[in-house]
Amino acid sequence: MRIPLLRLVPDETKIDFVQFRRISFPLSAILSLLAVFAFYHYGLNLGIDFKGGTIIEVQSKTPKLDIPAMRTTLEKLELGEVQLQQFGDNEVLIRVAQQPGGDAAQQAVVTKVRAALGDSVEYRRVEVVGPRVSAELLGYGIIGLGLAIIGILIYLWFRFEWQFALGAMIANVHDIVLTIGFMAITQIDFDLTSVAALLTILGYSLNDTVVIYDRIRELLRKYKRLPMKELLNEGVNQTLSRSVITHITVTLALIALLVWGGRAIHGFAAVMTFGVVLVGTYTSVFIAAPMLMYLGVGAHRERGATPENTPARVTP
Amino acid sequence: MHFSSLRALAIVVFSAIVCALAVPNLLAPATYDALPSAFKRKMVLGLDLQGGSHLLLQVDADFIRKEKGENLRDDVRRVLREAKIGYTNLALQGLTVSVRVREEKDVQEAVRKLRELSQPLSGVFSGANVQDLEITENGGLIRLTITNAGIIQRVGQSVEQSIEIVRKRVDELGTVEPSIQRQGLDRILVQVPGLDNPKRLIDLIGQTAKLTFRMVDLTVSAQQAQTNPSPDSEVLPSNEGQSYVIEKRVVVAGEDLIDAQPGNDQRNGEWVVNFRFNSAGARRFANATRDNVGRPFAIVLDNKVISAPTIREPILGGQGQISGSFTAQSANDLAILLRAGALPAPLTVIEERTVGAGLGEDSIAAGIKAAWIGAIFVIVFMFVTYGLFGLFANIAVAVNVGMILGILSLLGATLTLPGIAGIVLTVGIAVDSNVLIYERIREEVRAGRSALSALNAGFDRALATILDSNLTTFIAAVVLFYVGTGPVRGFAVTFGIGILTTLFTAFTFTRLLVALWYHWWRPKTLPI
Repeated sequence: MRIPLLRLVPDETKIDFVQFRRISFPLSAILSLLAVFAFYHYGLNLGIDFKGGTIIEVQSKTPKLDIPAMRTTLEKLELGEVQLQQFGDNEVLIRVAQQPGGDAAQQAVVTKVRAALGDSVEYRRVEVVGPRVSAELLGYGIIGLGLAIIGILIYLWFRFEWQFALGAMIANVHDIVLTIGFMAITQIDFDLTSVAALLTILGYSLNDTVVIYDRIRELLRKYKRLPMKELLNEGVNQTLSRSVITHITVTLALIALLVWGGRAIHGFAAVMTFGVVLVGTYTSVFIAAPMLMYLGVGAHRERGATPENTPARVTP
Repeated sequence: MHFSSLRALAIVVFSAIVCALAVPNLLAPATYDALPSAFKRKMVLGLDLQGGSHLLLQVDADFIRKEKGENLRDDVRRVLREAKIGYTNLALQGLTVSVRVREEKDVQEAVRKLRELSQPLSGVFSGANVQDLEITENGGLIRLTITNAGIIQRVGQSVEQSIEIVRKRVDELGTVEPSIQRQGLDRILVQVPGLDNPKRLIDLIGQTAKLTFRMVDLTVSAQQAQTNPSPDSEVLPSNEGQSYVIEKRVVVAGEDLIDAQPGNDQRNGEWVVNFRFNSAGARRFANATRDNVGRPFAIVLDNKVISAPTIREPILGGQGQISGSFTAQSANDLAILLRAGALPAPLTVIEERTVGAGLGEDSIAAGIKAAWIGAIFVIVFMFVTYGLFGLFANIAVAVNVGMILGILSLLGATLTLPGIAGIVLTVGIAVDSNVLIYERIREEVRAGRSALSALNAGFDRALATILDSNLTTFIAAVVLFYVGTGPVRGFAVTFGIGILTTLFTAFTFTRLLVALWYHWWRPKTLPI
């Protein structure tokens, strides 16, 4: 009994990915510029972790929550900027901006809000981050991203030639830039979980790039006289089926998180989905691989040293 | 595709043992308690999943600087008085005490005596001759500066003492398994599971609870004392808003209490706190009350006068009670504070994160649901794509997840909602190693290899790629572990462990399954 297996990508593809760089490079450049523009124009919607302040998530004990009444009650407390965001029928997220007066002043917010809202609601979550902690967390987040980029660069440099390391880094900084642009445009809360998402995108996208580079390196050793452009295309085409299948499995896992994972990780899942599903694989195939054209990979290859000039499919 | 029986057995047994480590998490509490202690290891649910309160406290270093400066000034005064050396212009500015010695002949003697105040610093600073004071002399003006190392050491000691006191106070709340740890130089992290409203906890922790018994100075009024302050007394407010002039000299302090309990006053039924002094405290209190019958004394807590009763008769037994319009809870809390002792310096809450039990339950439910749905998606997709080999991949991924849970249990790691997300992502990425292997096998088959040769080449060539691609991701996870806090760190832990178990299962388990299948069926072609 043979069940026909799903073949999403035909066995032999000959797509000219490298030629596509004439479109993908300008496209990515424009998108990156847009992302940078969005970052400066809209800015990131810094969450409580980095901006400090108070968030209180309450659930009404009655089936319906009277948001306007609650807004009036809270505005009487004179706590500066207070935002209410409703979820479902009876849940609301209250954000109070950082209060002047240092760490102790932040604690007073919770006491005041609790006194004003009383026992009519259930307090599901309370977070208070003082000015000192938020400044530190932002520092840690930036340092973390930097450290990860440097650490990965060093690893790739050890394992590959430096050109590969550089190509992978350019490609993945591009991922990070686009993802930050996405967060600026959608105004998703940028908090510690977003840093986690960015780092994961970085790791995942590199994972993808490394698989293609690995194959290119293998081909470089095998076909010493094949023109670079054909060699790169060959590398991407040979790994295409894997890229597509892996991409789908990760997407399936992310969709499960996005739809059923609950609100607490919704932002994380959304950012991850954008970074991994929309950007990560595109980058590996259309940016990272063609990039090697310009970085002088294989420039020192011997000429005429091998009998093979055209690639047979993987030969023993 | 050859595994010796011993190696095959070793792989299966090892994987089974690691997966089995996760079993204690599934047991009912009663069964778990009955386990021998060596097996009592399981994952801890993070505060975001079980509900609870996370408080980051910081010791007030400014207070410590100020206090250390004032103590130094008092010490200098005492030393010079005892040595009968005349001085002028004793002043404290920041961390520096300066004093001018009147007679030039006394200068050397004064410097020698004051040098005795300086203490060598122990611990991290040992080896180098670091002192907590720097003393200079210039034309009869002596300057004593507290060194930075001295402050750091004092802050460190305060944190250590505060942790002990905070632990005693938190324990009094009777919550399950609170965790109290030092964080960095001057911080304390308090995590208390199952606490919906941490207000009482914050109130309990936030009070210094420095209790003193002192005499009330009746010779001047509060206004007079305020306009014309004396070095020996200070004006303190009471809870009712009155002001008292209180002597600075402490008769008995909180350190001399050996017990404090809430109780009811026998005469009027009001809530009071009954206390008992140790013998030294009892003696001093007895002497002071005998000498001052008819005068009021004050019970001062954190620079507030709780009550100022008049001494009717000497109190000789070393016992007494504090009254001051208490409720049952405030009397109980004061008793807790007095039993636990005073904090060496005030603590400020600089970060609070509290999750209600209801939200925690919802988060667990959502996380588990997402994990199952994600797993089912991936399993079905892999089966449709690779058939039998997809089934092998699915078994390997199931073992993989089992091993992640087993290792988390062994480490007693904290499982958070982002941690569950990390496991779900690992499922997505773990199949990638199988995809890499299978795609390679497909290629080798197309290149005309025989079944066995294609399997061997597929596994061998894919493994280098798997190693490279996973290690880059692992670097990101390690960095995240170091910079992340709280739940995010939980993500880094499960994701990082997931990458390691993925490498293990790809190198051993999947290969073993395929090898067993091959040796059983000896197929001529591969169903891939």
